[in-house]
Amino acid sequence: MAVLGDTATQFLVQALRGTGFDFGFDLIIFEADFDQIERQVFDTASELYKFNPEVVIIFQSTHKLLNKFNKLEIKQYNTLADNQLKLIDNIYQALIRDLKTKIIFYNYPEVNDSVFGNFANKTDSSFLFQLRKLNYEVMQYASKHTDFYLCDISSIQNQAGKSTMFQPSIYINSEIVLSIDILPYIASRNLELISALYGKFKKCLILDLDNTIWGGIIGDDGIENIEIGNLGIGKAFTEFQYWIKKLKNRGIILAVCSKNKESVAKEPFEKHPEMVLHIDDFAVFMANWENKVHNIRQIQSILNIGFDSMVFLDDNPSERNLVKENIPEIVVPDLPEDPADYLEYLYALNLFEIASISNEDTDRTKQYQLETLRTEIKKSFINEDEFLKSLKMMSLVLPFNKFNAPRVAQLTQRSNQFNLRTIRYTEKEIESISLSKEFYSFSFTLEDKFGDNGLICIIILREMDEINLFIDTWLMSCRVINRGVENFVLNTIGQFAREKGFTNLIGEFIKTGKNEMVKDHYLNLGFKQKDKLWILNVTDLKNKKCFINSKENGFEQN
Amino acid sequence: MDLNRIDILEQLNKIFVELLDNEEIRIDEKTTQNDVEGWDSLIHIHLVVALEKHYKIRFTSKEIQSWTNAGEIINSVLSRLL
Repeated sequence: MAVLGDTATQFLVQALRGTGFDFGFDLIIFEADFDQIERQVFDTASELYKFNPEVVIIFQSTHKLLNKFNKLEIKQYNTLADNQLKLIDNIYQALIRDLKTKIIFYNYPEVNDSVFGNFANKTDSSFLFQLRKLNYEVMQYASKHTDFYLCDISSIQNQAGKSTMFQPSIYINSEIVLSIDILPYIASRNLELISALYGKFKKCLILDLDNTIWGGIIGDDGIENIEIGNLGIGKAFTEFQYWIKKLKNRGIILAVCSKNKESVAKEPFEKHPEMVLHIDDFAVFMANWENKVHNIRQIQSILNIGFDSMVFLDDNPSERNLVKENIPEIVVPDLPEDPADYLEYLYALNLFEIASISNEDTDRTKQYQLETLRTEIKKSFINEDEFLKSLKMMSLVLPFNKFNAPRVAQLTQRSNQFNLRTIRYTEKEIESISLSKEFYSFSFTLEDKFGDNGLICIIILREMDEINLFIDTWLMSCRVINRGVENFVLNTIGQFAREKGFTNLIGEFIKTGKNEMVKDHYLNLGFKQKDKLWILNVTDLKNKKCFINSKENGFEQN
Repeated sequence: MDLNRIDILEQLNKIFVELLDNEEIRIDEKTTQNDVEGWDSLIHIHLVVALEKHYKIRFTSKEIQSWTNAGEIINSVLSRLL
């Protein structure tokens, strides 16, 4: 990645590199010389373009912005934000024109020059007014431009305090605006964002119940005595539950892991009028007397997501330690003793970073609940085929388009297990694939009598020559494993290849730490191995058995 | 030389060894920035912050610029500890 700053960035680069290791990244960093943002960006012959980074970090400091403001004519004071935004837009446009890069832009920690006092809030020619306007406008800008991300260092200053963030004597002597003490926090915030961009983020929150989401012990105290709402310190738990609910609403899967009798544990959710969370907010509800390590393993096997994408919250330090020792990948925050501190503590941890959201995120819990239901029903069938038939599965197959591009990109970013080559694509790249003559794209949805799983499988085919069609991407959501989707997909792309006049489909498996489950994928589908590739002749390929019907649509590749 | 100066010099040496990752370094009151390889402007900032942290003091920006040798750094620290 490249770091471009208008102040001295040596320490920042050091912190980023060091923190990178903690996050599992061996970052190769190009650091531009001091105050070279524009020269590096607007000169396509610059070192930046030669370096060709995957990520560009732009750090324009508030102090340099203030210097700029100080030099303006009085009449131009109120143009600062607009002009700066224009500059940011120029930088962005130049970078994405010639580089395949993601841009991380640091927002502006507040500096109040106190020239107008409170009146600064009431006049657009004050620095504070322009600064806040710029921070707002740059958020608007980020929401409309792909591959442009904000690293919110302003909120770090709010958390840590300006005197911790900024040391005037050092700034005067060195052009360094971030204090050494704050650098680890800035670097972490930055790496959290980068991790999310590269598909590493939290998907599931597992909750203990007693003294974690309500005060007291339901089994001992009874439903009328647990603290939630107006009773005792119930306010702390009510607000905590609202926070958890918001996480669920934005796509975090919730699960319960509690040592309780199940019926007793469920009672508050069903009967307590002041509970914010309800039973149907949870994808999995594990209340029993087994140990929590066992239960969390159960939850993991039901949800089929990595332990490293889970967070476990429990007020009891010994339970936490037991889980930490046995499942080191899972994040187990050491909740403060006083429940009043839970929220502030968790806010500061910034556990739930995310790089993009799609509509499907919001109803994810429902989909996992349906999966649990399917698993139940499957038990009543002796014959697997009969079960699959009974699901009445339908799939809508569409090439990529501007409507499905966000979700497609997201799947390429997130899928780790059922992913043959694990190539990550940005939304912009997906859009250009959809327009390219060289590529053929397929997205598959899956619905059945229980509900709609949404988009669950992505195929990208690339024309190698007139005979061979290369499977650049084959990935599938783990939610729909064992339903015969692989066969349906192969039937679809096999037929497509044949109709387009190709002879072979060429597959490749690139091993990562996480995609062990598909190492025999092409072998199982009848591909023949040749060196590192897998080849399937499609000329007289017979359709494979499958119980999924294609939903009619006007499928047409460009 | 009273004991305080020796203590501070000792601390200064410790900081340098750590910052420059070099066990060999020995500085005395007469040592200047030119005498120590690697003592550049960035290490200087690290040194300032390390001393400030250790002694829970803050130097002024002028002081940070004015030191010509280690003895003067010790003077600055001492003046703030008295």
